[in-house]
Amino acid sequence: MEKHDHNVSLMLHTFMIIVAVTMLVPFIWMILTSFKTVSEAMQVDPFIIWPSEWKIDAFVNVMKEMNFLVLYSNTLLMIFFRILCAVLTATLAGYAFARLNFKGKNIAFAIVLLQMMVPVQIFLIPQYLMVSKLGMLNSTFALVFPGMVSAFGTFLLRQAYMGLPKELEEAAKLDGCNIGQTFLFVMAPLTKSAMVALGIFTALFAFKDLMWPMIVNTHKNELVLSTALAKMQGQFATDYPELMAASLLACVPMIIIYVAFQKHFIEGIATSGGKL
Amino acid sequence: MKKKMSSQQKNEFMWGWAFIFPTLLGLIVLNIIPIFQTLYQSFFKTGDFGRGNIFVGLDNYIKVFSDSEVWRSLINTFKYAIIEVPLSICIALVLAVVLNRKIKGRTIYRTIIFLPMVTAPAAIAMVWRWLLNSNFGLINNLFNLDTQWISNPDIAIYIIALVGVWSILGYNMILFLSGLQEIPKDYYEAAMIDGATGMKSFFHITIPLLSPTIFFVCITRIIASMQVFDLIYMIIDKSSPAMADTQSLVYLFYQYAFTEKNLGYGATIVGLLLLITLIITVIQMKLQKKWVFYN
Repeated sequence: MEKHDHNVSLMLHTFMIIVAVTMLVPFIWMILTSFKTVSEAMQVDPFIIWPSEWKIDAFVNVMKEMNFLVLYSNTLLMIFFRILCAVLTATLAGYAFARLNFKGKNIAFAIVLLQMMVPVQIFLIPQYLMVSKLGMLNSTFALVFPGMVSAFGTFLLRQAYMGLPKELEEAAKLDGCNIGQTFLFVMAPLTKSAMVALGIFTALFAFKDLMWPMIVNTHKNELVLSTALAKMQGQFATDYPELMAASLLACVPMIIIYVAFQKHFIEGIATSGGKL
Repeated sequence: MKKKMSSQQKNEFMWGWAFIFPTLLGLIVLNIIPIFQTLYQSFFKTGDFGRGNIFVGLDNYIKVFSDSEVWRSLINTFKYAIIEVPLSICIALVLAVVLNRKIKGRTIYRTIIFLPMVTAPAAIAMVWRWLLNSNFGLINNLFNLDTQWISNPDIAIYIIALVGVWSILGYNMILFLSGLQEIPKDYYEAAMIDGATGMKSFFHITIPLLSPTIFFVCITRIIASMQVFDLIYMIIDKSSPAMADTQSLVYLFYQYAFTEKNLGYGATIVGLLLLITLIITVIQMKLQKKWVFYN
């Protein structure tokens, strides 16, 4: 029996290691290529795995050519304002949908559900025309625009508020709190983990989005990381060390945040995804 | 029910509407009105030289249904889905079951498998393009192959689907893991006493009890794969010989609406996407009752 267990565990580990390597190889290759020279990267006979000398030229070049500081700040601003708007509006609405009874609530909630059921592409043309008419193309506002409210976030926060015990509100009411005070001082602090989940979800979604920023922000000073990579592919099609250096620079901040706050990421995805 | 609201009800009414007002206003302006605008737009042709919209009735739809490019992109989208959805779900399920055991290093495995989810698809596409490069790529050189992975029209879409599997695996796995944690341990213990271990308990306990999660992941993956765009846009060159056999429905939408500025035709393609999504949703509701096992 013990020998059998040992064999099973060996098998599982072998399997998991193969999977882990498959997951990591692209990242490792990205790193290795980014430190090579162009001729080294394109040499096939013999094929070179390790850079003979770890050169940072590719990083220096793309930092300058692509103006990465601007890209970082544009991306960060987009994520920051999207999180702020989504968490703020969804917390308020989520509370009302979960804990208050009022006329028109069901119709209003049907609108929330409808937004989540249709493909997002259906919003894009009118949203683009709105931003364009407002004269706000190529701005941070344009990047934040479709994320100013969040149907998904409202749903998520509603779930969180529904899980809280009724006694809390009753106690607050006895203490003389009105609905606003009950929400602000008693209930809202208890849904912090749902807010964090929404924040993480919003950040990831904004960071990964390609089509919307590509539609509204085409000026080179208003690009975000994902659109800059797309643009770069056309321009430097064969300078692989620079392409890989740019990809690495684009991904590293999010990877660091992920590794540092892993638990929140995993829990956030598990609660937000699973309950939808 | 004509009674006047009590002060308590009035109070809740006021606060309730005040709380949902920002979200509701935003949703109506940003989402609900646009749904109708897009559908409205699909009955118009965008005129050349800024001549505005010309009403064409159902012409766009007739054109869409007889447009071989649209049908082809629809088939490409289905080809992508038929690889990405089942593979990403099956592999993720196995990984979740393995990581649900107390094996050493499970946190590290989990971290690594989830990694592509926190990476921009633009970067993922770029590195895979490089790995799959037919002359200088790692894969061909490592295995001594000479395959045109992404410029061969016969296989390119499937290769992109495999990249899709690679990047979505962690997400599915996390959802399965959280589902697995809700299965009570006693079920397995009881099964063990009855002599059911390994495969047997996997098929008779894990799968049925996890079926709500599996079903949910299936539906979200199918709907998401119908909207595949980023990977194709980034991996396939505009001049690639595989273009016609890889461009998806949403890719075509992007091309028409935002590159060629033919908003009407773009809107019509979205109309088609909406129709497909609705059909999937209806099938989901029908199947859910039959297939999913709730406690």
